[in-house]
Amino acid sequence: MNSLKLILRNALRHKLRTGLTVVGLIVAVLAFGLLQTVVDAWYAGANSAAPNRLVTRNAISLVFPMPLHYREKIRAVPGVRGVAPFNWFGGYYQDPKNFFAQFAVDPVPFLAMYPEYRIAEDELRAFLRDRKGAIIGRKLADRYGFKIGDTIPLQGTIYPGVWSFTVRAIYHGADAKTDDSQMLFHWEYLNETMKQRSPRRGDQVGVFMVQIAEPERSAEIGQAIDALFRNSLAETLTETEKAFQLGFVAMTEAIVVAIRIVSFVVIFVILAVMANTMAMTARERMPEYATLKALGFGPGYVARLVFGESLAIALGGAGLGVALTFPVAAWFGAELGQFFPVFEVSAGTVALQIACALGVGVAAALVPGRNAGRVRIVEGLRAIG
Amino acid sequence: MKPVPLAYSARNLWTRKLTTALTAGGMALVVFVFAAVLMLEAGLRQALVATGQYDNVVVTRRAAGNEVQSGIERGQAAIIESQPEIAIGAGGVREVSKEAVVLIAQPKRSSGVPTNITVRGVGAQGLALRPQVRVLSGRMFRPDSTEVTVGRSIAERFDGVGLGERLRFGGREWTVVGVFDAGGSGFDSEIWGDGEQMMQSFRRQAFSSVIARLVGPAQFERLKARLEADPRMAVDVKRERVFYEEQSEMMASFIRILGLTLSVIFSIGAMIGAMITMYAAVSNRTGEIGALRALGFRRGSILASFLAEALALAVLGWVAGLGLAALMQLVRISTMNWQSFSELAFAFALTPAIVAQSFVFAVTMGLAGGVLPAVRAARLKIVDALRAA
Repeated sequence: MNSLKLILRNALRHKLRTGLTVVGLIVAVLAFGLLQTVVDAWYAGANSAAPNRLVTRNAISLVFPMPLHYREKIRAVPGVRGVAPFNWFGGYYQDPKNFFAQFAVDPVPFLAMYPEYRIAEDELRAFLRDRKGAIIGRKLADRYGFKIGDTIPLQGTIYPGVWSFTVRAIYHGADAKTDDSQMLFHWEYLNETMKQRSPRRGDQVGVFMVQIAEPERSAEIGQAIDALFRNSLAETLTETEKAFQLGFVAMTEAIVVAIRIVSFVVIFVILAVMANTMAMTARERMPEYATLKALGFGPGYVARLVFGESLAIALGGAGLGVALTFPVAAWFGAELGQFFPVFEVSAGTVALQIACALGVGVAAALVPGRNAGRVRIVEGLRAIG
Repeated sequence: MKPVPLAYSARNLWTRKLTTALTAGGMALVVFVFAAVLMLEAGLRQALVATGQYDNVVVTRRAAGNEVQSGIERGQAAIIESQPEIAIGAGGVREVSKEAVVLIAQPKRSSGVPTNITVRGVGAQGLALRPQVRVLSGRMFRPDSTEVTVGRSIAERFDGVGLGERLRFGGREWTVVGVFDAGGSGFDSEIWGDGEQMMQSFRRQAFSSVIARLVGPAQFERLKARLEADPRMAVDVKRERVFYEEQSEMMASFIRILGLTLSVIFSIGAMIGAMITMYAAVSNRTGEIGALRALGFRRGSILASFLAEALALAVLGWVAGLGLAALMQLVRISTMNWQSFSELAFAFALTPAIVAQSFVFAVTMGLAGGVLPAVRAARLKIVDALRAA
């Protein structure tokens, strides 16, 4: 008990130095936490994927469509419960900077396989009745102040022209993992319009979302679907929703790796600062350590004092840093909602933050602790800082 | 006012080697992150700017943003080709390439994960319009054949695209007959083949884009005004260089914003490190400071001496950090460009501007960390300081 008191007293002796070190730790722990959360956000799509959903796309690549009549063939595959055509619209609102995800979907089967999109009963009915209607996520509605009944004009990039939609429903995500910054509208509206404007582009589907009854049969069902269209003009590739989403992550892997590396660089920066603090502290206190040893305390006790002080400072910084991570992440998520629809600090991130701070605390005390334990009484008493 | 000799500051740093190394090391890491981010952004811009020729124009469908999403009907392409601003090359042919650009998914060698590659079907004049492209091994594809030539970055990073190998897409097999180098530009990450053959195998009626060389750069505005006003067209006309710059905008600003935010946050850590070191230096040397003052050195000289010490730390950190960053020039990054949705490889590029910017950044860190301790040193009273020793 006494040694704990001694450690805390020691830690607070140089208030300015300890304070600065703690501030440094807070900044580092905070930056580390935010970067880990950015990496998590990258994987958000894959994490919210359900095992009972498959994605069928053109085998050449995502930019090639498939004919609409595939829908009936896929539906006939045993084990398939529902099929929904799904097209990426890729339009923008007023300015290319105002970009958000829009999908043309067949609403009834689609919403049946996405129970995490919660929509009020009457709003859903209004949407289903209006061919030019749209469902938007809560976050998207907040960002641009869209309300039910508003008209959203979108400039098409893939589908030429200006398209206008009327907001008929706003969906809420079932939990924090659900992306509620999307817009959904009727696939039929897109298709009928394209048939009029450029007939060759009618009845073309970007991907089919496929709902299956038993998730454990996903591989087998996927192969059965692909076998139907082998050697056709549009061969397909069917994979689980998770694999499909991870495919996107893999394409930008270099960025994820870079962010991960940088998040550990900040730990090394603070390790250098912390090690410096402990080295200076131990150097100044050599006479005291020598005195303790002269009084009969062993080298282990002296070394423990140094480690204890280092850990106390590290934990103090980590605690404050973790506490600050949540409000800062909330602000960050609100500012960058466009890039990261889901921005949540996970329990794993907090654990990593604390683990890194502990690591820094121990590593910083290694050399000073050893030196303090080894100090020879005569030399220590003679030393002057 | 007589300055305190610089040797005094230098020897103080030398005496406390561990502390000096740790403080400068922390700064070096921050400088490294700062410089690496700027180098990445510069490399991305260089790759995409080098892709475009100044007197070439790219015509895409209005608001399409990139070539993959765009579509130019044959009739529209013929109208573009007949514009008077377009140069006529050897043999009286107009220097126009009508191109079909699609994406195919091919497994990356390092991870085995399918990644989108741009496949470009170029017209007969397509090569003449890109003088930066030269064949590294094998030869260029023959017109009107199912041969393809692959860019250097693709040959290095993907499976199944070696010389003589066959690629299967669009219901046909394509033989790889050569590897080309496009001087580190975006074309290095593409596969090229014959335009008309691609149109047929992908069953397309519309080209993706039309590239043309102008008679002179000054003709651009007239051509743009006429084509964009033409009711038959609904197209965007851009200088090729501007077109590719815009392709890099989203990625470049992402790298810049994330990187600079991080650098600023990290630099707080390094500044605190410098501050701790300098405060300790001042308190350890209180007696010496008193002696210096007693010898006749002014407060200003003391202030300058401690600032010089902090600056020396920063410069040490800068040299080490920039040295590390310079090594990054050997690394090539390959990732998906969000705007074109396809693979793009680029290198870290160290420019003189980055050397200067990182120096200013390091010196600012050193000054910000050193100024408060130096002020404290300068304000010590001679008698108190001497008594403290």
